[in-house]
Amino acid sequence: MSKIHVTTKINGDPVEYLCEPDETLLDVLRDQLGLTGSKEGCGTGDCGACTVTLDGRLVCSCLVLGAEAEGAEVGTIEGMAEAEALHPLQQKFIEHAALQCGICTPGILVAAKSLLERNPDPTEEETRYWLAGNLCRCTGYDKIIRAVMDAAADMRKAS
Amino acid sequence: MRYLAPTTLEDAVQMLAEDPGECRVLAGGTDLLVRMRAGMTEPDSILDIKRIDALREITAEDGGWRIGAAVSGAVMNEHEGLCADWPGVVEAANLIGSTQIQGRCTLAGNLCNASPAADSVPAMVAAGAVARIAGPNGTRDVPVEDVPLAPGKTCLEQGEFVASIFLPRRGPRGGDAYLRFTPRTEMDIAVVGCAVSLTLDADGICTAARVSLGAVAPTVILVPQAAATLEGTRLDEPALNALARTCSEAASPIADKRGTVEFRTHVAGVLARRAAKIAHERAGG
Amino acid sequence: MALDSKTTQDVMQFKVVGTRPLRPDGIDKVTGRARFGADISAPGMLTGLVLRSPHAHARIKSIDTSAAEAMEGVHAVVTRRDFPERDLDEGTADVLDNCMAGDKVLYDGHALAAVAASSTHIARKALKAIKVDYEPLDHVTDVDAAIQPGAPVLHQGRANESVPEGASPNIMARYEFGHGDIEAGLAQADRVLERSYKTEATHQGYIEPHACLAQMGPDGQADLWCCTQGHYMVRNTCAEILGLAQGQLRVTASEIGGGFGGKTTVFLEPVALMLAKKTQRPVKMVMSRSEVLRATGPTASSSVDMRIGMTKEGIITGAFAELRYQGGAYPGSPVDMGAMSAFAPYDLEHVKTIGWDIVTNRPKAAAYRAPGAPMAAFAVESAIDELAKGFGLDPLEVRLRNAAREGTRASYGPTYPAIGLEATLRRAKDHPHWSAPLGPNQGRGVACGFWFNFGGDTCVSLNVTPDGTVTVSEGNPDIGGSRASMSMMAAEELGIPYEKVRTIVADTGSLGQNEVTDGSRVTFAVGLATIKAARAAKAEMCKRVAQVWGIDEDAVEWKDGAAHPAGPNAGTHPPMTLAEIAAIASNTGGPIAGHCEANPEGAGVSFATHMVDTEVDPDTGAVKILRYTVFQDAGKAVHPAYVEGQFQGGATQGIGWALNEAYIYGEDGLLQNAGFLDYRIPVASDLPMIDAVILEIPNPGHPYGVRGVGETSIVPPLAAVANAVSEAAGVRMASLPMSPPKVLKAIRDS
Repeated sequence: MSKIHVTTKINGDPVEYLCEPDETLLDVLRDQLGLTGSKEGCGTGDCGACTVTLDGRLVCSCLVLGAEAEGAEVGTIEGMAEAEALHPLQQKFIEHAALQCGICTPGILVAAKSLLERNPDPTEEETRYWLAGNLCRCTGYDKIIRAVMDAAADMRKAS
Repeated sequence: MRYLAPTTLEDAVQMLAEDPGECRVLAGGTDLLVRMRAGMTEPDSILDIKRIDALREITAEDGGWRIGAAVSGAVMNEHEGLCADWPGVVEAANLIGSTQIQGRCTLAGNLCNASPAADSVPAMVAAGAVARIAGPNGTRDVPVEDVPLAPGKTCLEQGEFVASIFLPRRGPRGGDAYLRFTPRTEMDIAVVGCAVSLTLDADGICTAARVSLGAVAPTVILVPQAAATLEGTRLDEPALNALARTCSEAASPIADKRGTVEFRTHVAGVLARRAAKIAHERAGG
Repeated sequence: MALDSKTTQDVMQFKVVGTRPLRPDGIDKVTGRARFGADISAPGMLTGLVLRSPHAHARIKSIDTSAAEAMEGVHAVVTRRDFPERDLDEGTADVLDNCMAGDKVLYDGHALAAVAASSTHIARKALKAIKVDYEPLDHVTDVDAAIQPGAPVLHQGRANESVPEGASPNIMARYEFGHGDIEAGLAQADRVLERSYKTEATHQGYIEPHACLAQMGPDGQADLWCCTQGHYMVRNTCAEILGLAQGQLRVTASEIGGGFGGKTTVFLEPVALMLAKKTQRPVKMVMSRSEVLRATGPTASSSVDMRIGMTKEGIITGAFAELRYQGGAYPGSPVDMGAMSAFAPYDLEHVKTIGWDIVTNRPKAAAYRAPGAPMAAFAVESAIDELAKGFGLDPLEVRLRNAAREGTRASYGPTYPAIGLEATLRRAKDHPHWSAPLGPNQGRGVACGFWFNFGGDTCVSLNVTPDGTVTVSEGNPDIGGSRASMSMMAAEELGIPYEKVRTIVADTGSLGQNEVTDGSRVTFAVGLATIKAARAAKAEMCKRVAQVWGIDEDAVEWKDGAAHPAGPNAGTHPPMTLAEIAAIASNTGGPIAGHCEANPEGAGVSFATHMVDTEVDPDTGAVKILRYTVFQDAGKAVHPAYVEGQFQGGATQGIGWALNEAYIYGEDGLLQNAGFLDYRIPVASDLPMIDAVILEIPNPGHPYGVRGVGETSIVPPLAAVANAVSEAAGVRMASLPMSPPKVLKAIRDS
């Protein structure tokens, strides 16, 4: 098995790596690039803990091959805050106690950010359905939904 | 294992034909990568068709729409013309998995996975969709309902793959709808699915209908006798009752971890009635 | 340590406790920096993978590892033969057998070999190259089928002395609790309800699969990094299994991505250490989701027969329950706790429970949030509801009439001190949810729940730094905000701002023994130890200041974060703040610290009442949760947002258990739904907001009145949802999960 050379952009930085043809983007991020913020909860696209954006589109990185990132732009949780400034969603998650164990948090934040980019004023139902692919076992989702809605309200005011 | 990423349809056909081992076509990958991970398939090569521009487009054709095999559900959902003409097909495609899966999954992939529970397939069948199959001997067009032959098995020959799906011209006073039953509201596989597409005349009489059921037989099935219960009616109560009864009769499901025979049989009729009402309303009825 | 004297709830004025500060690990967790079990690597690391049984029950005739061992890139293969023959206690021997099978594999997914290789690819190939000769045996997975005559036997002769002679060999233990004369009690009833109830096995469903990284040197010194609810337990168990000295094995707990009881034992860790020992290389092991579901520790499935007698006024005259739980392939289902907790919320003259611990060909059950209690409460609370409604009585009122209160002799023995059940019931009755209108096909259910709570070995070290900030080292993984709670209690006690305290979870080399994070013990026991450690540090600081001022130690008192001269000396010296004392510590006797080593009693039992509205689709049997309210006694809510989070999370897990979660075994004894697609935990769109009402009836056993809150919240929802669905569907649902096919069938058959 020969490795494939991939040139891509991750969180705005140019990145090159070699990957096996069947290696997932998630494995590349975690094992090769040290970007362990994306988590593997299932490996089958059923939990959303590995959520990243690929050319702006929300995907499960466990269901993308590393080779497919050639020429693409990948966004992960590590790129969400800007230097010391947390993204409003990150801040609201801490303020609302929207995380308990925190394992699902990176995936949910990446997914919620994508929602608010497309829909700055989502209803509770829209938020719940958008995030249905992100399992959380600790919170019952209540505080997560509140944090997203509150962040959306603040971001609308700020813009 | 090899990863192949052709940029033209011709190259893809040639690579697939010349590959010495088992070569699997990768569109969205939301089924293939899961199967590979579980060790259920160990291909020698993967042929990624997403770098072929023509397969990433939705194009108008003969009043209908041609949807490339690499077009994701999320892209379909953002296409106004397609959503206006075939809301049932788009909704069905958008029931496949989560928002994240939507970013990847394709109609063609859902079809070629050949699961009887595939969400988009009943909607495509009801819509009268046609799959364009590319292969070493050129292309051929096959009605979607004829593509799956059995669970996990399609009519594709060696070296062939689905290049696009064609949804025909909708025409005036037409509507379609797809409903499925799942225990959860999202992130689930259809226990039963039903799609209805119909056309009304100026007086509100149904002139043509297609009804399709998922997860109640080894493949998605087209149920002409169910369509017949709607044609010539205004979808009044007796017609809907007949539709529900006919769909339940047409169901020959298995019992498995997702549902019993009794449940699937009954719910096939329930969903048919509900889907028909939505399609009727969309048709302006 | 009792509730602070003179500081009952009425007069105790908290400054920090009861507020909602930001958690200290929040930024790490929202930025992806927090390191969980699978997030660490080591130079030269190998990948470890486990070979698992494809049979539900089989004798292992032989294992041939030679082909795997000969493969390039394979560094070691281990089987049970590699583990030293040691005289282990029965419980630990079962843990070892569960981690690495001996003569028999006992369930689908049972581990029987493991490899360490230079890549995951090679490790996978190596697993395929291991040849196992199995002799398949008959299997049984259903709890009731397992005790039928002629059922396949898992272990011959392992029943303990409590099991009557002639009982099924798959019964491991019998428990009995209660008091009074059950038949006499039932004879006084206007109606005796007899009904049987069943629940399916469910999994904790933590999103983070088990993971660890092990290293061991030739001198026997070893290091282990893992996600666990208790790294001290991991150390002790692994040391015993591998024959290591406990002090030579240092275990560091990673951040933990959920546990709910499922990470209170070991699965991979002894295997990883054995691979590390054989290869002398770091070995990392991470489970797949399917391995988690097939081969970790789901909870028991249950079958319960109930007889409850009630007068038409709603008084329970007698209550009897016989509970059968299967806890997988080894003894230790939580049926004892089910039998103890079943009737704990009620003041009963005649009550009796019998519990049977049964083995089947399923994975060994681990704890799951209030282990054993939800299934028992499902039966009891369903039966009480059915009786109450049969008499046309208000189900909350009936529970109030029978509610246990201070002085009640509990069905499992003790007499209660001040408890909060009545308070939760009264608050529920007064809540607008109780009087809100319902629409067609909708129903409202209520149920109560109880959990014991627990203390356990606890060791906390609190250190004052030279600049006057404070570090707290504790030994319990932070599973839902406990570092914040510890910092708050330390800040409260010391009279300094929350931001001046940082709490860390220390490794096993840094503190004495700590019980695992279980029994809802951490905020209670570790909190108590933190308060005591802070008090020790305060005493030391007062001593140092007395020395500086040249007055008696007991003439110095601590208030508002500073030492003050007290009594006759009041006002003689300006107060010295913690920072000022810390700055001169070097000259007054050296560093300042406080410690607490304790095994606190007095955890304080906890009660809750849940209320839920559901809508049932009569054509499909689908159930929608419309509204949900939790009323629970927290004693004192240290960080109310995380208390609410526990209530909401427990309720949601209970909803999943009630509606759609279940282990599904085929006729072949193999698990059919080993993934998150068909093991259906609730998703965001399945749920409404979960309203959380915190009641505070101080626990007399804690200085601030704290009770554990984590577990009680999963006890009522099974019955609460069942009561609501039964009302909405017009038919009593006595079997979980209430999946749509089951509900539809019940409607159509009724």
